[in-house]
Amino acid sequence: MSQVFLGMPAHSSPGVGALRGDQTFPQAARTALADPQLRRNLGHATGTIRAKRLAVVSELDDWEQLRLAGQAIKAATMARLDDHLARLEQEVTARGGTVHWARDAVEANRIITELVQATGADEVVKVKSMVTQEIGLNEALEQAGIAAWETDLAELIVQLGHDTPSHILVPAIHRNRSEIREIFLREMPGVDPDLTDEPRRLAMAARSHLRRKFLSAKVAVSGANFAVAETGTLVVVESEGNGRMCLTLPDTLITVMGIEKLVPTWTDLEVFLQLLPRSSTGERMNPYTSMWTGVSPGDGPQDFHLVLLDNGRTAVLADEVGREALHCIRCSACLNVCPVYERAGGHAYGSVYPGPIGAVLTPQLTGVEQNASLPYASTLCGACFDACPVRIDIPSILVHLRARHVEEYAAEHRLPSAESLAMGAAAWVMSSARRFGFVTRTARLGRVLGRRRGRIRSLPPPASAWTATRDVPLPPTETFREWWLRTRGES
Amino acid sequence: MSTPPSARDEILARIRTSLGDRTSTVEIPRDYHRTGGSPVGSPELLELLTDRLVDYKATVHRATPADFAAVLASVLESAGRVVVPAGLPDGWAPPAAVVDDGSLSWAELDAVDTVLTSCTAAAAETGTIVLDGSPDQGRRAVTLIPDRHICVVRADQVVRGVPELLGRLDPRRPLTFISGPSATSDIELQRVEGVHGPRKLIVVLVSD
Repeated sequence: MSQVFLGMPAHSSPGVGALRGDQTFPQAARTALADPQLRRNLGHATGTIRAKRLAVVSELDDWEQLRLAGQAIKAATMARLDDHLARLEQEVTARGGTVHWARDAVEANRIITELVQATGADEVVKVKSMVTQEIGLNEALEQAGIAAWETDLAELIVQLGHDTPSHILVPAIHRNRSEIREIFLREMPGVDPDLTDEPRRLAMAARSHLRRKFLSAKVAVSGANFAVAETGTLVVVESEGNGRMCLTLPDTLITVMGIEKLVPTWTDLEVFLQLLPRSSTGERMNPYTSMWTGVSPGDGPQDFHLVLLDNGRTAVLADEVGREALHCIRCSACLNVCPVYERAGGHAYGSVYPGPIGAVLTPQLTGVEQNASLPYASTLCGACFDACPVRIDIPSILVHLRARHVEEYAAEHRLPSAESLAMGAAAWVMSSARRFGFVTRTARLGRVLGRRRGRIRSLPPPASAWTATRDVPLPPTETFREWWLRTRGES
Repeated sequence: MSTPPSARDEILARIRTSLGDRTSTVEIPRDYHRTGGSPVGSPELLELLTDRLVDYKATVHRATPADFAAVLASVLESAGRVVVPAGLPDGWAPPAAVVDDGSLSWAELDAVDTVLTSCTAAAAETGTIVLDGSPDQGRRAVTLIPDRHICVVRADQVVRGVPELLGRLDPRRPLTFISGPSATSDIELQRVEGVHGPRKLIVVLVSD
C-alpha cells in the first residue's frame, strides 16, 4: 500500500472551465485593440462607473476605516479558513441544508449534475455566478442533457450571443444597445419583431422571455457573495430580481461557492454590505439582497445544497504574498480604474476573472506557467490598489508573480534564457575597448531593420521575445565614440 | 486497502498544509461608524430615508397614525387586485384582498397586481427596507411575483446605517433587503427600473 501525502494543495482542473485562454494576453489584446467599437463601449462604461463609484464613496467619511476593517476580516478568515468552513458546514446542516465538497471543477460539475438528475429536471435557472463559469458548469450540464438558463440580463445577452463575459459585474459591457437588439431579435424565441434598441424595451423583452421559466423552474443554481460561518447564512447581492426568483421559487436550490467567500461572523457583513455595492455598481445599496440559512419551512426551496469548491484556491493560500488575492469580493472596481483593462477589455485576459484582480488570481489558480503572460498585463500604476475595497495590494502581487514565473521557468529549463545569454555576451564585449568599438559600429547595420519607420518592430529570435511587445529604437547613425572623435578630434 | 480520503478531509488538509504554522492572530479594527448618532425614527432619519427611496424611483407617502387609514386607502385605490400575508394588522387589507395562507400557486400570485406588507426594519442612509418573513410580511414569493409592492414602514423601525440595521435582524430567518424597485444597468450602464421583481415600490412611512 502506497502512502500518499494527504492535503497537498493542487491547482484548478486543466481542460475544464474558463481559467485558461487560447492565446497569451499580448496576442489577445492586439485583437481587442483593433476593434474600435469595443474600445468605445469599454471607455464609456468604465468612465461612467468610475464617476458613480467616486460619488458614493465620497459620501462616507469612514470609507478608509471600512476598507481597513474589510482587509482585516478577510485576513482573519484566511488564517482560520479550515475552522470557519467546518463551522459553516455544521450550521447549514443543522438548518436542513446539505453540504458537498469539491476538490476541483470536474468534481463540482459531477456533484451538481447528479443533484439535478436526482430531481428529474432537465433544465435549471441560474443566477449570475462567476464560479459556475470558472468550472464550466453550463457545458457540463449540457453534456448531461440539462439546459442551463442564465437569468441575469447581461448573462442572458452573453448566452444568447454565444459569447463569453468580459467584465465581472457587467458581463456584456462590450456590447452596445444595437448589438443587443440584434442578438435578441435573432435568438430570443417569440420576441416582438418591432423591438427597438431602447434599454427599457430590451429589458422588458428579457422580462417576458424569462417570466415563464421562473414560474415553472424546479431547480436553481446560484453562486454566493458571502457566507457567514457562525450562522450558516448565505448571501446573494443583485439588482434585477432574477436572483430572488431563482432563490425563492424552485423546489431545489444548489449554491456553489469558492471556499474563500465566507466571513466569520454576522457582524462582519455590516462592513461588506457597505463596501460591495458602492465599489461595484456605484450605488449606496443594490436593489435586492437575499439571505437564507438552510431551509425555511414553507418559504423558498425545501431542498438546499451547498457545494464548497477548492479548484486551486488552496494552492493560492499556500503563497504567503499571493494569498491576498483570495480576499477579493468580486466588486470589479479594479477593472474600471485599470488603464490596461479599459483598452484591452476582459476577453484578452482569457479567464472568467479579468482585469487587475484576474491577473493575480487566475495564474495562481492554474499555476503561473499556464497563464504566464497575465502578471505582465499591467503598468503597475497602482490605481487598482487605491480602488480595492479590501485593500488587496495587487501591484505587489503582480511583481511577486513575475519573479515567481522567472524563477520557476529557470528551474524548469536548465538552458540559460535568451536574456542571460545576451547579458553574458554583453559582458564579453564590454570588457574590451576594441571589441566594444567594433560591436557598436556594427550595430549601425541594424538601421536597415527599421526601414523608414524610425523604429524596429520585430527582431529575429531569440530577441523576438522582446520585440513581441515593444519596439526597439533604431541604432544611431554615429556611435558616441565616433562623435567624440569627430568633434573633439585627436589631441 | 484504505478508503480514499473524502473531498472534505482532503480540502481541509490542504488548507492546513497551505497555512503552515499559525501563531499570529488578526485584530479587526472596528472604528468605522457603528451607530449613527441619530435616535431611531428621528425626523432627520425619516427625511434621509425618503430622499434615498425617491432617488431609487420609489414612491413615498407620509402618514400619521391618525390619517394612516385614509392614506393607505388612497394608495390602494389604484392598486388593482391585492394579495396580503395572513398576519397583516387588522384593518389594513382592502375587503377584496386575497389572503396568502401559504397555498397560493405562483400562477395565482402572478394574477394579482399588488402586494401589501409591513416590514422588519429600514436603514435611512442606504434607503433599504428589510423583510424577514414574519406573519405581517409573508413568505418571499408573495412580495416577489406581484408587479407592485406597497410596504408600510413605521418610524420606530428606521435606523441610520447598515450596522444598526443588521443588529436588528435575526440571521436565521429568510431575509430580503429591498433598496428601491428592481433595476438593471446592464445595457450601456443606463439604469432601467423594474426588471423581474416588482416594478413599482410604494412606501407608506408612518410617524407621529
